[in-house]
Amino acid sequence: MAGQTLYDKLWDSHLVESRQDGTALLYIDRHIIHEVTSPQAFEGLRLSGRKPWRTDTTVATPDHNVPTNAEERKGGVATIIDDTSRIQVQTLDDNCDEFGIKEFHVNEMGQGVVHVIGPELGVTLPGTTVVCGDSHTATHGAFGCLAHGIGTSEVEHVLATQCLVTSKMKNMLVRVDGQLGPGVTAKDVILAIIGKIGTAGGNGYAIEFGGSTIEALSIEGRMTICNMAIEAGARVGLVGVDQKTIDYIRGSRFAPTGAMWDRAEAYWQTLRTDSDAVFDAVVELDAAAIDPFVSWGTSPEMVAPVNSVVPRPEDSGNPVKQKGYQRALDYMGLQGGMNITDIMIDKVFIGSCTNSRIEDLRAAAAVARGRKKAESVKQVLVVPGSQMVKAQAESEGLDRIFIEAGMEWREPGCSMCLAMNSDVLGRGEHCASTSNRNFEGRQGAGGRTHLMSPAMAVAAAVTGHITDVRKLA
Amino acid sequence: MKAFVKHQGLVAPIDLANVDTDMIIPKQFLKAINRSGFGPYLFDEMRYLDQGWYGKPLSERTLNPDFALNRDRYRNASVLLARENFGCGSSREHAPWALDDYGFRVIIAPSYADIFYNNCFKNGLLPIVLDKTAVDQLFVDVEAEEGYALAVDLEAQVITRPNGDTIAFEIDGFRKHCLLEGLDEIGLTLKNAELIRQFETAHSRTYPWLYGAIK
Repeated sequence: MAGQTLYDKLWDSHLVESRQDGTALLYIDRHIIHEVTSPQAFEGLRLSGRKPWRTDTTVATPDHNVPTNAEERKGGVATIIDDTSRIQVQTLDDNCDEFGIKEFHVNEMGQGVVHVIGPELGVTLPGTTVVCGDSHTATHGAFGCLAHGIGTSEVEHVLATQCLVTSKMKNMLVRVDGQLGPGVTAKDVILAIIGKIGTAGGNGYAIEFGGSTIEALSIEGRMTICNMAIEAGARVGLVGVDQKTIDYIRGSRFAPTGAMWDRAEAYWQTLRTDSDAVFDAVVELDAAAIDPFVSWGTSPEMVAPVNSVVPRPEDSGNPVKQKGYQRALDYMGLQGGMNITDIMIDKVFIGSCTNSRIEDLRAAAAVARGRKKAESVKQVLVVPGSQMVKAQAESEGLDRIFIEAGMEWREPGCSMCLAMNSDVLGRGEHCASTSNRNFEGRQGAGGRTHLMSPAMAVAAAVTGHITDVRKLA
Repeated sequence: MKAFVKHQGLVAPIDLANVDTDMIIPKQFLKAINRSGFGPYLFDEMRYLDQGWYGKPLSERTLNPDFALNRDRYRNASVLLARENFGCGSSREHAPWALDDYGFRVIIAPSYADIFYNNCFKNGLLPIVLDKTAVDQLFVDVEAEEGYALAVDLEAQVITRPNGDTIAFEIDGFRKHCLLEGLDEIGLTLKNAELIRQFETAHSRTYPWLYGAIK
């Protein structure tokens, strides 16, 4: 019999019941909650008189909606100016109090973007099932977890039953081998993957990322890659466990200790795909051929290497796609055939669940050190992913580097990744952004997003246009 | 949950691939803490020329005359005809809530993003998958004939065209059952409470570090 993939193993170890109709009841170990997709779920519990099945599986924090400027944050929930935002954050606090759920409040150490705090607090542990009402939950798969986003009805379902009714996905291996060139990062790898397989390429699959390039990446880099599995259409992205995974978890707040740690570690070491396992689909990339990537359009598959040109709609291959390309170019105010590096940048956003961890901020600071924001760039936001990341960055003096470069050092939250708070683009503004989605209006109505790595975003900030960070003098 | 058995309704086309959840319901409307009232903001940035916010009265909005749903012939449509990878992006259930609140009961597309597809069923909305050729033909027919309506029978898994021709569609048995009966999925799962407890007992022996750690 063929061996099992890591996804198969995680599925089997959480299977409560497999049904004739192809659905299954899957047990959920960890549930992370935030203010935007949970209020209706708690309301559902109240209306039906139900209580959470367990509370020692669940952690909550406000992130999507919270302001990131220190002034508006100083009084906690009370000083949030926007009424609907304040009510939503307050509602999370109230619901967590009422139902006994552990919450990291708006200015509390531990607060931050859900997909940053889960791993850093040891809520996310190898071998677990992790869900959250947010599609970027795939991030946690970097720890050998089965992790994916769910809707609000499912948030309520998991709260009430600790289970999900779901069906098994197919297995896809995305294998990246070889050494990345200097200045090429995990973000460039995942953008290259999405460019290759498209935003629907992973629909119905759990994608395991493997190969020597992925093994050589840091845990932060692997999180960046798994995070954007959803932009390739896959709800689940995952990477097998190795020593780096275990070292990242060690000492975190909710991780086991002592003899329990040893027992857990022995199990975690087994969390890899068997060498004779068979995948339903395999995609291969050569790391040496990947350049820094940038998005030019309004879908994460509309990406190109930095030193290439914006594609022409007529080169897209089919009529539906051609129409999509033309609409994207019109929205972005770009011409097919122009150099990517001729795209001027108005604002820069460094942050989000994709790229706001300490390693990302170090990479950004390394480029920002001793340089200044270009005059033509109106604003550069640097938004750490969590209170813990913020504290670490400040202890290393990274905040000073950004501030001296003319950039703004902010409080943790999702910020301009989805622009639910006051961090938004104006109509027509181009943004070099380390986030994950370049949809129309994503960062503000009429705003134009260019996805890229933290180092590339800083390169754009200091030159005023999209720039190959490797060529920065 | 709301049941779905049969539906007949006017078809409106959104002729664009990869329609994402930010298009279906932009983020400024996600600050609400209820499930209803999102219909007026469905496709907000495409549907209106002015910028919308949660609670902005319809009387203050300027409709975009070029957007399909604003054309007289598609007014009161309840069947949405769409292209590939409809609903990609976020897990926000606000997307099906907005479609439902607007009055859509059925979506027809060649493919959907996984999470969106799943979320539809939780809200009594039927997302039908048809092959690309069939969808292409429906786009042609809808454009050609004003008042083009389709009848959908979930029990029989059949769509009937105005001329009486039928198109069969596939759907997973469990989802079909829940939708037909309008079942409360949580109540259904809780009928297996004993099974879940048994699983938990074994699971907590094998992975004891996952129990009691978060408090």
